[in-house]
Amino acid sequence: MNHGAMNRVGTIRLIVIVGLVGTLELLIRADVIPRRTILPPSEMAEALANLLASGKATQDIVQTLTCVAAALVSSIIGGFGVGVLIHRVPRLRRALDPFFATYYAVPFFIFYPVLIAIFDLSLLPIILMGFAFAVIAMTIATLNGLDRVPKVMAKVARVHRMAGFDTALRMKLPAAAPHLFTGLKLCVAYSFIGVIASEFILAPSGLGHAIAYAYNDFDNRTMYALMLFVLVVVITANMILHGWEQRLLRRWQGR
Amino acid sequence: MNATAKRSFDILLVLVALFVAWQALYHVVGDTALTSPLQTFAYIGELFTTKSERFAAHAWETGRAFLLALALSYAIGMSIGILLGAHRLSGAVGEPILVALYSLPKVTLYPVILLVFGLGLSAKVAFGAIHGVIPVAIFVMNAIRHIKPAYLKTARTMNLSPWQTVATVIVPATMPEIVTGLRVGFSVTLLGVLIGEMFASKQGLGFMVMNAINLADVETMMAVAVLLFAAAAIANGFLLWLDHRLHRRV
Amino acid sequence: MAPNPVHARLSGVTRVYAAVAGYRPVHALGPVDLELRHGEFFSVVGPSGCGKSTLLEVMAGLQPPSEGTVEFEGKKVAGEVPDGVGVVFQEDASFPWLTVWDNAAFGLRRAGMDGAEIERRVGDALAFMGLKDFQQAYPAQLSGGMRQRVCIARTLVLQPRLILLDEPFGALDAQTRLLMGDEVLRLWRRTGATILLITHALDEAAMLSDRVGVMSARPGRFLDLVETNWPKDRDSTIVSQAGFGAVTARLWHHLRGESMKAMGQSAPAPAGA
Repeated sequence: MNHGAMNRVGTIRLIVIVGLVGTLELLIRADVIPRRTILPPSEMAEALANLLASGKATQDIVQTLTCVAAALVSSIIGGFGVGVLIHRVPRLRRALDPFFATYYAVPFFIFYPVLIAIFDLSLLPIILMGFAFAVIAMTIATLNGLDRVPKVMAKVARVHRMAGFDTALRMKLPAAAPHLFTGLKLCVAYSFIGVIASEFILAPSGLGHAIAYAYNDFDNRTMYALMLFVLVVVITANMILHGWEQRLLRRWQGR
Repeated sequence: MNATAKRSFDILLVLVALFVAWQALYHVVGDTALTSPLQTFAYIGELFTTKSERFAAHAWETGRAFLLALALSYAIGMSIGILLGAHRLSGAVGEPILVALYSLPKVTLYPVILLVFGLGLSAKVAFGAIHGVIPVAIFVMNAIRHIKPAYLKTARTMNLSPWQTVATVIVPATMPEIVTGLRVGFSVTLLGVLIGEMFASKQGLGFMVMNAINLADVETMMAVAVLLFAAAAIANGFLLWLDHRLHRRV
Repeated sequence: MAPNPVHARLSGVTRVYAAVAGYRPVHALGPVDLELRHGEFFSVVGPSGCGKSTLLEVMAGLQPPSEGTVEFEGKKVAGEVPDGVGVVFQEDASFPWLTVWDNAAFGLRRAGMDGAEIERRVGDALAFMGLKDFQQAYPAQLSGGMRQRVCIARTLVLQPRLILLDEPFGALDAQTRLLMGDEVLRLWRRTGATILLITHALDEAAMLSDRVGVMSARPGRFLDLVETNWPKDRDSTIVSQAGFGAVTARLWHHLRGESMKAMGQSAPAPAGA
């Protein structure tokens, strides 16, 4: 697609999104949708600005983002490391394949209470849920990426007499990078989902907990402000990753 | 030993290793937090016999919500997918939006759903549906976009009616990818329903598990969790087999 | 001439791929005896699947021989690629995540060479391969022929004494191939290295080499070693010389039968002797 067509599609998309949000705003202000159910988007934004300024949500925000970061870093490193190791042992990989295929089909969130029973109600079960959700996506993406490293690259590494670890770092990692990027995007999404869903279900504090608390307290303003915050953070993170990936792909594939 | 037998044996080894790890964890952590594999399976047996009435009530509640949510996910997801797949401009505009929605923690929207639907069955169905609609839509959309133009041209040269084209060309051509989408939709819809039950319900298997932890009833907690786990794994196993069979034909 | 005229040697080398999951073992190569003279340009031609690439990889140390020995500069080759051996592969092995410059500098940086020397060698090699204007470009922005030149430059900077080329121009169109052939000759004269070129193109082998080895169908063995006696300063215009047709005819004389064997048919009696 040429750039002219891309811009046209992008513009239409922007119009569609603005249109939907605008329609929602109008319907609420016209009382077609009652205010006790949902606030107009403009008021949500206002409530968020006030909330951030007052600093009341700061601790929850910091806690949630810390948990997400912990889950993210551990799942990226763990997932990549395990992926590299499994890739070297084809027999192990073949045996583990059905488990990988089934992993995201089973509701392992159901084990969250078990984690709480083991570790008590702290941040650890929350981080572990985020980790559990994200790590396998990274492992699968690593395996797929390493599969697609052209065999000739390994031969070039040997011609240059590179040691094993050096080969992994300077050859396999960059060569598998496009696939690893897919894993990275999933890791970010799943870390957020894992942490926030856990905070919803049962947590001492954090954004998920704060939203549930506000809901139970009939405090719609705070609730929607926090929801908006989460949505904005996640969408921004995705857009940054997407932009980075596009730049990488353009350079690699000469698009 | 031929290759398939070897592989089955290896898979069995991994399963055994998992059970051993479970048992070891039980020894480390103790009775207050876990039950051993044997105890868990014994209790599962009890759920189906002596405690069956209570269990059946909750299971039925979850099952009901899940099946309704699944029907909605499939119906709405396929409609959106077909529309975006067939109409190029809509597809180009809509795809990034769908993909962005896929990675959102939709659990963040649960309170809105509760406000709209109140506590109860319809809220749970909505939880499941908002999770399942998106992957179904994405896969169906891609399946239709990926139909080889050569197939459609062939249908025209044979003067097939629109109905015939859909039934004999489009459906078989898109079936494998659509089934993959239905499989993914199945899992996330179940996840959505269960999370909803864990956080805002007084009935259902998700509630059963959360309630058990509040009562420090480790046996129920483990038994129901393992049961759900196994049921989902088996269902997915079947759908995967179906998926592979269809993909092998293509 | 160097004291020992033999630069690399294969003695009684065979290569058998072991049986894997339902497949029988494959006797891919040999037994093969070959002596490469210092500074010669040696090509190997043969039908598809005869083991030419296997021969190259065994000589490079990328694969171990099942029987026999491989020697380079008097020392046995075992398990790793010896220092002083460069290899250019058929597939595009340029690293898409590095610029042309970084691609060329890759091996030197790995070897821990100092910066100024790297600058010098890389600049030299890129200029020699005609890539000076593309130093900061990425491989994705270049044509197939240029990417192969990047791979050659990457090998050049290591100053190899033996250069192995495995059908390096297989993926290129015919005109580019002929030009790249001239490039390899320039490379050969400039570096004074010994060259082993694997190719399926008879005219390429005939025009570039001092000697051409003709391999049989699998398992590959040398049927003939053809000396061309070309002058050292040759280029692709040599095709117009009288001897060229004779060389190509001799190569095809052997290869026709072997190629048909490789295709699963037996050779019919040649028409009119």
